[in-house]
Amino acid sequence: MLKDMIAGFELYQPTDVETALELLDRYGADGWAMAGGYDSLDWFKDRAKEPRAVIDLQGIAELRGIRETTQSLEIGALTTLTEIESHPLIQARFELLAEAARRVASPQIRNAGTLGGNICQDTRCWYYRYGVKCYRAGGNTCYAAAPDAMNREHALFGANRCVAVSPSDTAPALVALDAEMVVRNVRGERVIAAGDFFMEPAVDIRRMTVLNPGDLLTAVRLPDTWAGADFYFEKAADRKSWDFALASVAAAFRTNGSTIEDSRIVCGAVQCVPRRLRSVERMLRGKARSETVAEAAGDMAVRGAEPLSFNHFKIPLMANLVKRAVRGTT
Amino acid sequence: MAELIGKDFTPPDIRAKVTGAAKYSEDFRMDGMLFCRLLKSPMPHARVRSIDARRALEMEGVVAILTADEVPAQTAPGNNILTNEPHFVGEPILAVAAVDETTAQNAIDAIVLDLEPLPFCIDPLESLRPDGPNARTAGNTFSREQGVFEHKWTQEDFQAAAEGEMPMGAPGDEWQYGDLEAGFSQATLILDESFVTASNAHHSMEPRTAMAYWQNGKCYVHGSAQSQAMIVPGLANYIGIPPEDLVFIAEYCGGGFGSKGGAYPVMSIPAHMAKKTGRPVMMRISRAEEYFLGAARCGFQGRMRLGFRADGRMTACDLYIVQENGPNTGFGDMGSAAGAVSLVYTPLAMRYRGISVLTNTPPRSAQRGPGQNQMAAAIEPLLDKAARELGLDQVAIRRINAPDNNARYGGGQGSVTSAYLGEALDLGAERFGWSERRARSGRRTGSKVIGVGVGQAFHSAGSSGFDGLVRIDTDGKLHIHTGIGNLGTYSYASTSRVAAEVLAYDWDNCVIERGDSSRHLPWNNGQFGSNTSFTMTRTNYVAAMDALAKLKQIAALRLGGRATDYDIRNETVFRRDAPSQRMTYAQAARWAIEMGGPYSGQNLPDDLNDMTRRSAEALAGTGLIGVARDSDRHIGTVPALAAGFIEIEVDVETGAVEILDYLGVADCGTVLHPQSLGAQVRGGAVMGFGMAASERHVYDPEWGLPGAVGFHQAKPPTYLDVPVNTDWAAVEIADPQNPVGAKGIGEPLMGCATAALLCAISDALGGHYFNRTPVVADMILNALSDRAPSHRALAVNTQ
Repeated sequence: MLKDMIAGFELYQPTDVETALELLDRYGADGWAMAGGYDSLDWFKDRAKEPRAVIDLQGIAELRGIRETTQSLEIGALTTLTEIESHPLIQARFELLAEAARRVASPQIRNAGTLGGNICQDTRCWYYRYGVKCYRAGGNTCYAAAPDAMNREHALFGANRCVAVSPSDTAPALVALDAEMVVRNVRGERVIAAGDFFMEPAVDIRRMTVLNPGDLLTAVRLPDTWAGADFYFEKAADRKSWDFALASVAAAFRTNGSTIEDSRIVCGAVQCVPRRLRSVERMLRGKARSETVAEAAGDMAVRGAEPLSFNHFKIPLMANLVKRAVRGTT
Repeated sequence: MAELIGKDFTPPDIRAKVTGAAKYSEDFRMDGMLFCRLLKSPMPHARVRSIDARRALEMEGVVAILTADEVPAQTAPGNNILTNEPHFVGEPILAVAAVDETTAQNAIDAIVLDLEPLPFCIDPLESLRPDGPNARTAGNTFSREQGVFEHKWTQEDFQAAAEGEMPMGAPGDEWQYGDLEAGFSQATLILDESFVTASNAHHSMEPRTAMAYWQNGKCYVHGSAQSQAMIVPGLANYIGIPPEDLVFIAEYCGGGFGSKGGAYPVMSIPAHMAKKTGRPVMMRISRAEEYFLGAARCGFQGRMRLGFRADGRMTACDLYIVQENGPNTGFGDMGSAAGAVSLVYTPLAMRYRGISVLTNTPPRSAQRGPGQNQMAAAIEPLLDKAARELGLDQVAIRRINAPDNNARYGGGQGSVTSAYLGEALDLGAERFGWSERRARSGRRTGSKVIGVGVGQAFHSAGSSGFDGLVRIDTDGKLHIHTGIGNLGTYSYASTSRVAAEVLAYDWDNCVIERGDSSRHLPWNNGQFGSNTSFTMTRTNYVAAMDALAKLKQIAALRLGGRATDYDIRNETVFRRDAPSQRMTYAQAARWAIEMGGPYSGQNLPDDLNDMTRRSAEALAGTGLIGVARDSDRHIGTVPALAAGFIEIEVDVETGAVEILDYLGVADCGTVLHPQSLGAQVRGGAVMGFGMAASERHVYDPEWGLPGAVGFHQAKPPTYLDVPVNTDWAAVEIADPQNPVGAKGIGEPLMGCATAALLCAISDALGGHYFNRTPVVADMILNALSDRAPSHRALAVNTQ
């Protein structure tokens, strides 16, 4: 039941990462790292999540900004989506990410919303966000998978008790770009491939990412692997602004002439994690980007889809998005 | 030649709005003010077994709890103030007042509420089944005479309908005119179609926040309302006081779209709480709460049989509507929908049957074009289907059926004041370049296909019989007292200019008195039903004419001659044959005070409403008072008519719809204020596009939970979903029953856009008619890929 009234909590506003990590460690599961607030405040207002301590990351300058390193571009997790969509280096080398960021929510939300927040946000399954006691909320049922449930936005693939999808627009782009997630806690730093960062419900139904209590995503690294490749991003949604994807595709192609040497094709909003289409990528190797090949890629993309009562339209939608990505045109 | 009517001007409240200086209910603060929050039902239908608030009341900062037992009970199925038997998720059960909102919510969380779940229903057709659930313990429908009762169809009624076809059992309402069977027998083409139009939330930008306090026996309420005077008696009744003891303040309204037209019960909660606590009380309503309490448009499940001659003339219409009415009194959409068909398409014979069914979804209220706009969404694409089958142009089939001044309305076949829909179609087709655009229909570029559409809509848009009140003060300024309200269209201002026009005033010397009962406002209609332009020009006209007569009488009495010898110019009264014999309005006002009697409001006409009388009495002796009832009533329905023209692109691979261009044409008689008409045409279209193609009103059928309780879930269109520039035009033929020729227009401007967009989508898809609105991407994609639709036939609240 939506309440629209935030409960009290201890608010910490650290100015360096070490202090933030110390606080996250101290509070563990009772602590909450907050960046732009668009996911967090929603939960707090509805009192569906009531952390004892909120660690507001906004004051930590070192988490902001885009830096060139020898082999990659490093984006601070607190960098806003507006900065990402308009940054010359990202536009020049990783336009796929710029385009994905550009399609997030609305301009106002992108001004405050961060890359880290966009990646780590919780699912938008309306039942779960409404505050029902479903599997993901620690209960013992999934409301959205019931025969007459309103599940138009839900998963085609990988359902395991939970049928929610990954809502992030930038996550598929980061998986496609072979990005690396820099995660820190008081014990040290680890770097996780974007493709391994998101959590399947089969593994842990209570989390959307591999982050544990005490962990903080501090940066995202984009290796040069796909810099300047041919990119394609498209998000299908009911509205052009302030809407989550019904399905999205993020793709990168390395071509020789018209022949595809390698590719990455990742779909959003069709599974609980960004869905990388490895079989399609394999099939495309050595093929030319033609209508026929694109059609075949689209067909292959949706194999094994298990639609719910209201979302089978996502099958042609996803097939068409992948087709368009391979074709390279709308 | 009018000096003010038809000219653009800057309404006096606009600066405050754009600078943020305007104060809405939520912006007021009082010393010692408490905040209250609502404990709302988590269940779609339940009975309160017990409330244990001991722990809540012990919390520091918690001042009081207010339960349903402490506020006036409403006769079922009226909207409740608070209730012990909630009928929808989000219905307020009790309120808690505390020193701040967090404390109030903490207290609510600490209340132990024991609810007994009761059967519920979110689909009218299910409720009509012989063993179907009822939304209320007493039944599933109601009438004024009988209250709530049970209305069921028989098993045979359901079996008589084919798969996916709308069954039609006993109706609760019906009328007919003409010979229906004769109509069908002369038809070349008969369509028999079942349809669904979804409910829509109102999405008012300003939630219905209210603040109240008591002072010297009077109750002061700051509320969010479209209307002013019309709110007072209803709200006073909810509070339990006589209307004269209520001071109602509502200077600005952040949108109501019909849901804030009259008094609504939750607005009285702060007043009750303030009385109980002896302190001012603010009740801020949140966005989610606005989706629970902010009402919704009635949804339809229906069926229509339409007969057409080869030339497209509609010979017969047999219409059946099952209306989803929410759990309470709801609104009379279905009857208005039927009336709209009778007028817009003038079928030679028509039968209407309907049944309004209660469901455990948010209470319904009027929403912009209640009934008429759902009907536009349902029937206009079928007109195109008929045109396609008969080989006719979409504009032509509308033109041949369009109403003119001889058109008749509804089952009673009453007259209309004026109707120029045909002229609107002609003007629109010409200006939009319809023939050239139509030639592009179906053209495919890549994955995108062009579609074009034309849509029409109607609303009854005018009333009469209300009071006008103006005052010329001793500085010569004209005060125009208006009780209509300020829902955001600025029509309160453009209609006030009629008084200035009559009295030949410089607009800079006029003051509009409004927004607060203590400014002595007359009894006026509510600002709903697109009626302001017609109704308020009439009331302001009669008040100004009364002032004008008094100016001339005073001049004659003071300067000699007869009143008829005098005329006005530059805010002076002068003798026509001796212009040097003159008197300024300021002088006349001073004379009026000295002479007293009717001139300064000491004697008042007998037929004034009590509210107007009280206001005029309060103003008596402060200037020249013009006050009169608009007693020479108008005859017939005042039709606001509109036509919309649209060109779109549908992406056949994603189902995305791009609106390329839109033109809205209004038949609203004389245009009072071109800029605000333009804003209405465009704004109405945006709202209409949402109704046609993006909005969602979703309920889980198993739990009765709402799935669209935020802007991002309910999805009204954003700026990026509509063209930057859209065009508008007006027929500009004066209505004969209005002193300046004006009619209202706000509502059909939405419906014509809804209809046009739906028609264009079907056009782009080569004539695929969904018979369900809104048409969203999933439906388009399923249709294009030959997949079955996800929605069960005729199901509601699934999109």
